[in-house]
Amino acid sequence: MTSGTISAQITDYANRADPYPLYAELRKTPVLREDDGTYLVSTYYEVRNLANDPRLSNDTSNRPSGYARPGQPAEETGLPPGFIFTDPPVHDRLRDTVNRPFGPPHSPRFLDDLRGELTKVVTELLDAFEGKDQADIVEDFAYPLPVTAICKVLGVPRGDEPLFHGWADALASSLDPHPGDDGQEKGQRARQELGAYLSDLIETKRRHPGPGILSALTPDMTPADLAATAVLLLVAGHETTVNAITNTTLTLLRHPDILERFQKEPDLAVPLIEEVLRYEPPVQFVTWTTALADIDVAGTTIPKGSPVWLMLAAANRDPRRFEDPDRFDPDREDNEHLGFYTGIHYCFGAPLARIELHLAVPELFRRVKFSGLLEDPPPYRANAVLRGPRHLPVAIDGLTP
Amino acid sequence: MSADTDVEVLRRQGRIVVVGASLAGLRAAETLREKGFRGSLTMIGDEPYEPYDRPPLSKQALLGRARPEDTALPRRRDIDADWRLGVAAAALDRNAKLVRLANGDTVPYDRLLITTGTRARPWFHPEEAGLDGVFVLRTRGDSARLCRKLAGGVSRVLVIGAGFTGSEVASACRELGLEVTVAERGPAPLVGALGGVIGAVADRLQRRHGVDLRCGISVTALEGDDVGRLRRAHLSDGSAIDVEVAVASLGAMRNTEWLAGSGVAAGSRGVACDAGCRVFDVNGIVTDDIYAAGDVARSPHPLFDYQFLALEHWGNAVEQAEIAAHNMICAGPERRPHLWLPMFWSSQFGVNIKSVGVPSLGDRLVVAQGTLAEERFVAVYGYRGRVIAAASFDGAKWLGFYEQQIATGAPFPPEYRTVDRRTEALEPVDPDFPDPHLPTHGATVTLTGHSPSERRVVFVPSHA
Repeated sequence: MTSGTISAQITDYANRADPYPLYAELRKTPVLREDDGTYLVSTYYEVRNLANDPRLSNDTSNRPSGYARPGQPAEETGLPPGFIFTDPPVHDRLRDTVNRPFGPPHSPRFLDDLRGELTKVVTELLDAFEGKDQADIVEDFAYPLPVTAICKVLGVPRGDEPLFHGWADALASSLDPHPGDDGQEKGQRARQELGAYLSDLIETKRRHPGPGILSALTPDMTPADLAATAVLLLVAGHETTVNAITNTTLTLLRHPDILERFQKEPDLAVPLIEEVLRYEPPVQFVTWTTALADIDVAGTTIPKGSPVWLMLAAANRDPRRFEDPDRFDPDREDNEHLGFYTGIHYCFGAPLARIELHLAVPELFRRVKFSGLLEDPPPYRANAVLRGPRHLPVAIDGLTP
Repeated sequence: MSADTDVEVLRRQGRIVVVGASLAGLRAAETLREKGFRGSLTMIGDEPYEPYDRPPLSKQALLGRARPEDTALPRRRDIDADWRLGVAAAALDRNAKLVRLANGDTVPYDRLLITTGTRARPWFHPEEAGLDGVFVLRTRGDSARLCRKLAGGVSRVLVIGAGFTGSEVASACRELGLEVTVAERGPAPLVGALGGVIGAVADRLQRRHGVDLRCGISVTALEGDDVGRLRRAHLSDGSAIDVEVAVASLGAMRNTEWLAGSGVAAGSRGVACDAGCRVFDVNGIVTDDIYAAGDVARSPHPLFDYQFLALEHWGNAVEQAEIAAHNMICAGPERRPHLWLPMFWSSQFGVNIKSVGVPSLGDRLVVAQGTLAEERFVAVYGYRGRVIAAASFDGAKWLGFYEQQIATGAPFPPEYRTVDRRTEALEPVDPDFPDPHLPTHGATVTLTGHSPSERRVVFVPSHA
């Protein structure tokens, strides 16, 4: 049991709105052993080095029995793990294959070609703010855009969102180390149902190819691998970018001086968005790595077989790496944050997420005149790993065409 | 006057001259300004262009994805320099503290930085080298000329030497759909840099991409037609092939001739300097006003038995330039050593090749991740029981880890389990480097040694 331990405090919902003091406490012991033998690593260089260490596995079936094995599907789902939960060579084969229709060198234009449609989505979502004096940034803006984007990328019908929304949520929640009593079970059921839905869709695409990468991948992947990949990408596309857009909005509304500057200097978008990814990363930590050998880190030996948590959000605020780390500072130079992780498991969707952020954030603040946050802190989702506001109610004072 | 006041005066009103206006020269100049040097700065370069980047010249430029003229190096800041481009430095007068230029001008200095780099080793026969169709590849001009020739319709290209540059040229030509013959004197491509075990993988890669690869073969003569165009190459096995283009990729020569007679320790192996980039004179006494950085410099490295290493690596040029610049305008205790771990990369035949450390020092090799057969792996080199280098094919993201293993002198072979380990136990093999007495073209690291058996006097003081 981990109750009373620092990991229990981090996952405790009471600390969701501001976990950063806990992370600061955690960094005092860069490599901390919990009573159950799990190791939490929280300082920048140690996290970065471990994420690039071939002795660390993302395949949780390497853990001794008795430990949680996030990412390992129950047998009845009939699905292999998504590639984020695999190691090379399986990982490299899957990721390289999936990348072929998605990014360079084979498809350098794929994401760029989505810009037009996504811009239209942003415009429509913002047009709907007309005449309102308040809005929920999550429901009205930050959630619909990434869902549309990932549907376009995969070739999943946007209209099916009510169908798969619940499954994606349940799956994301099961990544939370303490997802509630039946969270794991619900997660497995959701994976099975979402997997079945996507398998059907993939089968249809095999017979009638359409736009999107699932169609493009049907000749190159087994149905099970492709379905597992589709589950992973749909959930990841669903549950992370929404938080990135919302966190950016929240952070800017909390820093009116920087917001004012941003409205005068649109070029600030690039460093500003990177700084949000450091300051409020949408994936706060990963719980699914395991030591394959004894690993010496900062004077501590992590024994072979230990579960290892890499605390990205804590590392992003390590004062040894980032000067004055709790300050939100878009002028920060050399901002090599871990918001998208690092190493071979660096976020596959990062280029898509950046495109979405760069289409959404400047346009939001160009068009919407905000008069403040209606709740600060806003209500958060339960999930401690994929952390972000459930709602972000804001007061609005007009809309520019 | 104390040393500290000297430095203060130098920073305020000193004259710094940089000879060699390429990557190392530019980054040094920028660092000088960044660190508060307010005196005069002169940049001398024999090429007529402002500093440009070379790696794309054998890759994107040949494929037509970038124009050779468009590879100017991005500037980090304004350096407010007096540029003397298109005129080479011809001599160094240490007594008068000035550089003589080829056009007769003289440029006085308080501190001098030597970043003259290397040039391509030309085809050994001058008349044959002058044939229309015979190329080397080092400069922007070389790349532009070769591009034009390839675009003009060519049936077969001969690449002489399968080191990194030669292999990249062969790769680009194949991608352009041209027939390519590669003649390599050694037993396999890249053998000088990575050894025969990895060379065999590069060999397979080239053949699979349709290269007519001929190893253990020298080109003995290039033959022209009556109007001076290349038409045939003769090989050491007695055969001949019809070619219109030959690219001599025979490695680099260090640009040190202009230092002859100056009394600094400069020769064909480069300019010897200490870990702080201060150049030695021929007596082995360190100068305090002359510095060197980049491809032309060689300095002792503590991780490699204090061997003097000369590194033709992009990253080394940048870092050594920054260290040299820092040390030029600092007093003793603030100076920093250049402890860069050798690192280079190449991209050829769709594979990213990367190496850290000094593979050619290795006496043992294991494939720690992946397999040679899949052409996707990390090979780790050991030297006397510790990790000395690693090389990857499409595995560059792991090399940061092995870099730390090298830096901390980790034991070899690595016994721990990793991801993508294909064998239960690692069986070290001989990496199979060629006999060092045989000439090769491939090495991008030159070990120039300091062992007693090599103790030879090669410098003749000018005033003797």
